[in-house]
Amino acid sequence: MVKQISIFLENKCGRMIRVSEVLGEAGINIRALSIADTSDFGILRLIVDQPEKACSVLREKGFMASVTEVIALEVPDVPGGLAKALSPLEEAGINIEYLYAFVQKRTADALILVRVENIDAALQVLQENDIPVISSERIYSL
Amino acid sequence: MWNRNHEAMPREKLARLQFLRLKQTLEAVYQLVPHYQKIFREIGAEPGDIRSLADLARLPFTIKDDLRNNYPYGLFTDGLNEVVRIHSSSGTTGLPTVVGYTRHDLEIWAELMARALSGAGAVRDSVVHIAYGYGLFTGGLGVHYGAEKIGATVVPISGGQTRRQVRMMKDLGTTLLACTPSYALNIAETMEEMQIDPGELQLKSGLFGAEPWSDNMRRVIEKKLQIRAFDIYGLSEVMGPGVAYECPAKEGLHLAEDHFIAEIIDPASGEVLPEGATGELVITTITKEALPVVRYRTHDITSLTREPCPCGRTHLRMAKVSGRTDDMLIIRGVNVFPSQVESILLNIGATEPHYQLVVDREGALDTLEIRVELTEQMFSDKVKGLEGLEKLIRDEISNLLGISTAVKLVEPKTIPRSEGKAERVIDRRKLR
Repeated sequence: MVKQISIFLENKCGRMIRVSEVLGEAGINIRALSIADTSDFGILRLIVDQPEKACSVLREKGFMASVTEVIALEVPDVPGGLAKALSPLEEAGINIEYLYAFVQKRTADALILVRVENIDAALQVLQENDIPVISSERIYSL
Repeated sequence: MWNRNHEAMPREKLARLQFLRLKQTLEAVYQLVPHYQKIFREIGAEPGDIRSLADLARLPFTIKDDLRNNYPYGLFTDGLNEVVRIHSSSGTTGLPTVVGYTRHDLEIWAELMARALSGAGAVRDSVVHIAYGYGLFTGGLGVHYGAEKIGATVVPISGGQTRRQVRMMKDLGTTLLACTPSYALNIAETMEEMQIDPGELQLKSGLFGAEPWSDNMRRVIEKKLQIRAFDIYGLSEVMGPGVAYECPAKEGLHLAEDHFIAEIIDPASGEVLPEGATGELVITTITKEALPVVRYRTHDITSLTREPCPCGRTHLRMAKVSGRTDDMLIIRGVNVFPSQVESILLNIGATEPHYQLVVDREGALDTLEIRVELTEQMFSDKVKGLEGLEKLIRDEISNLLGISTAVKLVEPKTIPRSEGKAERVIDRRKLR
């Protein structure tokens, strides 16, 4: 399981930049990011090298931030690769709340981050279907 | 109880005392204040025509504009001869009003505050931290003299510099905090930031007033500060804080009937309403010397009951003030009080009461936006979670008030914190 930071952002100038400044000043490196937005707010989701520290420095600077656990999957960077990894979850009735990807620098595989409601059930399904789940240590140190 | 003889006086005796004191007050204003002389002449009456407490309803109201029109000393009974103190309202809504006190007035005010502080548990050994503003505002000095009268130890810190307030409360062993309820929340939040647990303090109770606050807000303050929170009511035109105060039963505020006569009226028609009905509170002072007021319209919305209270005090109880007729927003013809929105937010449970109402006009249509600060408990990393929260707030408001609103979740600490009275409403319609 990988720890993801979620941050509430009002849709106003400079908030996104401020997040990266705060993390930069604390020596925290962003590994992956995704943003979900509506017309008046956004939720920024980050994978960083030091999630607990990131959450506490952001809170100190007045951001609403929380830690959520997500699953990191390695899927072959080929057509149909994603579907193959996700279909066992669907068959097991595990709903995917959201997912996003980041491409690694050195390998032929893509990394997918998946947020589900029941993380333990999802991990079990993935294991039974031999879908490789990436450890948090590897993600933080990428 | 600070003064059992008066606070628990049998009601028949109290009524006789009230009538006697009312007669003296009416004679005094008729003799000494041209404004009241004119009023009596206009209705073709003299003070002697008021033969019972019920007859008081025959007299016209005194309103804030009467104080403004007679600014500064026109309604004083004897100029400045016996006046030893001046206080003033802030004047943010126009000309300030000035009020004066004789030495005897100040003694009575201190007596009323001693009753209120005793109701909130203050005794000789208490350390009373007064974070109401000191100065022309009646809050600071009003509580101050009451606490000294009890013989408590007073910390006259006034408002502002919240971190220093927390440190002082901890170091000095404060047992009672007196300030506005919105500032009490600010203090609680600052304690959290400073990572000070309320258990490290000696704080036992709080006496909060000068702005309307809900029972839900009381629960939040009591939980966060681990204290018992008491409401206190007053207004400078009548005296200042201490006109009414909660006893440990917390089922309404005992209004000091040996010094004031209270009525509830329909704010639109001016008709006196029966006991228990909700309307605007009207107060007549019956012992004030420097500046008596007859049937002063407070703009505060409440109800009165004379039912006996378990605490033994016999003075009537007023309900917690639910709003002010002049705070009342009229949005698309619907009356809206910020306190109603506050109780909805608190009922949802996940929220802390940091909110602001922004009223605007688009074309001919009033719009209401409710800004609510997001808290940890409310936060979700999923868009549908936050949209669901916005919808829940919208639906609750629509159910209660029958108006549609826009709800905007905002980041923590983006709504300005109060160091005195909270500014809950931004009405942009007035700027046009």
